[in-house]
Amino acid sequence: MSVVYEKSKGLTDVKLHYCPGCAHGIVHKLLAECLEEMSETENAIACVPVGCAVMANKYFNFDAIQCAHGRAPATATGIKRVDPSKIVITYQGDGDLASIGTCEIVHAAARGEKITTIFINNGIYGMTGGQMAPTTLPGMKATTAKHGRDVKVQGNPIRVSEMLATLDGPVYIERVSVTTPGQVAQAKKAIMKALKVQKEGLGFGFVEVVSSCPTNWGLTAVKAMEYVKEKMIPYYPLGVFKDLTGEGK
Amino acid sequence: MAKVLMKGNEAVGKAAIEAGCRFFFGYPITPQSEVPEYLSEELPKVGGTFVQAESELAAINMVYGAAAAGARVLTSSSSPGLALKQEGIGYITNADLPAVVINMMRGGPGLGTIQPGQADYHMCVKGGSNGDYHNIVLAPASVQEAVDMVMDAFDLADFYRTPVIILSDGLIGQMMEPVEFNYSPKKDLPSKDAWALKGKGKGEKHMIVNLNMDAEDCENHNIALQKKYDEIEANEQDWEEYCMDDAEYAFVSYGTSARIVKSSVDTLRAAGYKVGLIRPKTLYPFPVKAFKRENIKKYLDVEMSMGQMADDVKLACNDVNKVAFYGRTGGIILTPEEVVEFGKSVMGGDK
Ligand SMILES: Cc1ncc(C[n+]2csc(CCOP(=O)(O)OP(=O)(O)O)c2C)c(N)n1
Ligand code: SF4
Ligand SMILES: [Mg+2]
Repeated sequence: MSVVYEKSKGLTDVKLHYCPGCAHGIVHKLLAECLEEMSETENAIACVPVGCAVMANKYFNFDAIQCAHGRAPATATGIKRVDPSKIVITYQGDGDLASIGTCEIVHAAARGEKITTIFINNGIYGMTGGQMAPTTLPGMKATTAKHGRDVKVQGNPIRVSEMLATLDGPVYIERVSVTTPGQVAQAKKAIMKALKVQKEGLGFGFVEVVSSCPTNWGLTAVKAMEYVKEKMIPYYPLGVFKDLTGEGK
Repeated sequence: MAKVLMKGNEAVGKAAIEAGCRFFFGYPITPQSEVPEYLSEELPKVGGTFVQAESELAAINMVYGAAAAGARVLTSSSSPGLALKQEGIGYITNADLPAVVINMMRGGPGLGTIQPGQADYHMCVKGGSNGDYHNIVLAPASVQEAVDMVMDAFDLADFYRTPVIILSDGLIGQMMEPVEFNYSPKKDLPSKDAWALKGKGKGEKHMIVNLNMDAEDCENHNIALQKKYDEIEANEQDWEEYCMDDAEYAFVSYGTSARIVKSSVDTLRAAGYKVGLIRPKTLYPFPVKAFKRENIKKYLDVEMSMGQMADDVKLACNDVNKVAFYGRTGGIILTPEEVVEFGKSVMGGDK
């Protein structure tokens, strides 16, 4: 019998703890496949966040370090500067990257660190039980904004990809999602490209994944995907925000 | 190597390079800014890397990454900056990684003053981050000793896989003294190959872990850390004794204060007082072995803080009533005269 599908060797056999319908598992798989297809699994080092993906070091079948909340871009900087031949990845949630770690991601991007950041934007603090994130949509409910985010009280969400695209440092920034097979294929392409930008020494690559958190959104897996399509993507439009590779759109 | 005249802040930078450190991540703050200034120029000349981080938080988390990747790595700051670095110091400690951190202390709390101080004893010696842990803390009293201690710090860090803090102050950072650099590793240093992040290659993947979800795992990790501290306390206590042979009274003082106290001891000796000085060179481990003396009537703790080390002296001599304290704080440098007066007030006519 011929093998038509195989789990990526970039992942271990440890059982994922993610909820059904959560985007984390899909993005782990895409990252692992990209590294495997680039033959970089043996050369990769992941900086994992504080958030639901804190245990990603057990799932990734490559070197990894658990970083302090939001500081993965700084820790990745330290690793990459010691050995620029490594492929160094930060994998971060929106609380991690766009709240407590805003300073670190902005400056790593501005310095043009030759690392790749995968940013999981699910509009909520997943791990701690559904508190408001910097990316929580206006009107969206959270355990610390029970009546829905009121921008007059809690302020406005941050569109990180657009913000980082104003900097001269980054080489490649794209926002993707994973709610349809087409989007998954596009997300994989984006991750692959961001990794290649690093491998070729061009600079900083950033892929934002508009994601789901059915558990803390109080939705079923299917409804959560619909919510991404109907609410999240209109606020966080998909597309390429910066590309200095010369490969065009 | 011949002696050269160097400013403390530059000398510690050179000491790091001599000890094989090629990575520095830091952020400017008076009175230590010459450390990053010097290393920004000198590290690239030896193939090293200097990064001016966006904050002390970022700097220490860069150190975390570089240490995880197996490098000898340095950061330096002064008091408010050290306060920010506490997050990363805890993570590096928990992950059993080696790193060297220099604190050129200034007066506090808060923004405090840019003048020299010693009020970070609690933060650095007792552990300013969360959790049950210690870092090795070395306290130099001269530029030469700062140089030697920076070199030793890299060996100690690698040997025990722990952060080592050089607890100095703005006076030593800013002062010029003749120094020489003679680095040779004092310890048989273990290879980092078994744990450093270098990409797994054909071997097993490496993980630098900081979260132990299971409380039992977390306690076991803590117990392992405590075993390391037992070893450090048994093997690494270091101190200097000055005029202690026939002493009936002993000053206890470290770093810059100890330099001042030394001249006060000379003055008091000339006046007939049987007084000496115990100068801890390691603050953690505290040199309790230096305090096993029946003949000392009183220990006179002198610091540029409000007596943060005095508690350790009380524990070391096992008698709270045997310890007197005098100190200045908030950036005021002690004078030998006020220390002499303090000595006389404690010793009275007891010559
Ligand atoms: C310094 C610090 N502050 C707060 C926390 C608690 N905490 C853990 S995860 C988390 C939020 C993570 O949310 P996000 O980054 O969006 O990741 P998700 O779980 O949604 O993937 C917080 C606040 C912590 N571990 N450390
Ligand atoms: S809580 Fe949310 S982010 Fe976390 S695993 Fe579950 S669905 Fe995913
Ligand atoms: Mg989130």
